[in-house]
Amino acid sequence: MIPHFAPGVRLHHDKARARWVVMAPERMFIPDETALEVLHLVDGARDLDAIIDALVAKFAAPRDAIAADVHAMVEDLTNRGALQA
Amino acid sequence: MGRCFRASGGAWLPIVEITAAARDAGLYTNLITAGVLLDAPLLARLKAAGLDHVQLSIQDAEAEGAERIGGMKGAHARKQVAARLVREAGLPLTLNAVVHRQNLHNLPAMIDLAIAWGAARLEVAHVQYYGWALENRAALMPTRTQLDEATRVVEAARARHKGRLVIDYVVPDYYAARPKPCMGGWGNRFLAVSPAGNVLPCHAAESITGMVFPNIRSTSLRAAWEDSEAFNRFRGTAWMPSPCQGCENAERDWGGCRCQAFALIGDAAATDPACALSPHHAVLASAIAEAGDAAFIYREFSAAQS
Repeated sequence: MIPHFAPGVRLHHDKARARWVVMAPERMFIPDETALEVLHLVDGARDLDAIIDALVAKFAAPRDAIAADVHAMVEDLTNRGALQA
Repeated sequence: MGRCFRASGGAWLPIVEITAAARDAGLYTNLITAGVLLDAPLLARLKAAGLDHVQLSIQDAEAEGAERIGGMKGAHARKQVAARLVREAGLPLTLNAVVHRQNLHNLPAMIDLAIAWGAARLEVAHVQYYGWALENRAALMPTRTQLDEATRVVEAARARHKGRLVIDYVVPDYYAARPKPCMGGWGNRFLAVSPAGNVLPCHAAESITGMVFPNIRSTSLRAAWEDSEAFNRFRGTAWMPSPCQGCENAERDWGGCRCQAFALIGDAAATDPACALSPHHAVLASAIAEAGDAAFIYREFSAAQS
């Protein structure tokens, strides 16, 4: 599955507060550091495995742990209408 | 006069230019529309200007009820066309269904309509009683049974359409024991600029007669936010009267809604009577008791008047 931002949803750098936010209709998500690492890799081209591969290459954590985090986060944001697959 | 300007706002405001400037400033842009004046060329220009999202209001699930409630013939069909044009323009769509005593029986059909019209998001908003809704309160107030059924319907639909349709649900505070944290607190996280340029702590703030708001033509947004008397009047907790002062909910609900306190008891600095701790809480119970199948009072410009 290839996750992408739902129409009308975008990752935005809020310069005034020096933070990244996910902007969506009538709501805003403030991703934590882990979520932000994942969201930066959501480009509509990488599938979940490619996203997990990129994170495994960057962080010293077991692939299983990273994969579990990514799956849970993508599912949560899909249910909230921010991501689609 | 003022009412007419509001009604025709979409027709004369330079919304394409406003959209482009807002996107430039890093803001999320949301067109909130009745949909009766939208056409494909305007949507294409808005999309090119960077419009993020369109929110379309519906009055009911079917034309007859919708046009009686909205007071405009042919509006429902035009909304359906507008929804199609929004989707064809590649823009995401939210439907906003304002629900009340006279259309809540159609809530399941309104949810189906959101799916059929291609909305990814639905707002089910119980009427809030300001302005003309307050005039029509007796005709609009749902029964407790209707409210509980609506909540059940929304929860079931959320589960059924998970991942496909997000449903936001705004409950009426007349049946609540605690007031809503209106705007997340006055002058705390929100401002609006009216078509006349007034900078407001909430859309409805001008309903509080006697308050003077800063105007964008003569002041900066920063000065309006930080220094104006209007924004500072009800900011924080220092202004609060006694049941709010020292209340453990003071920074949770911020004393409720200033406009509602003004509309119902004539004092914008009073505790919102929606709070069970307000000495005026009984006015809400009286309003519920008086509700019935009263006829609508339409606004003067309504097409249904003629």
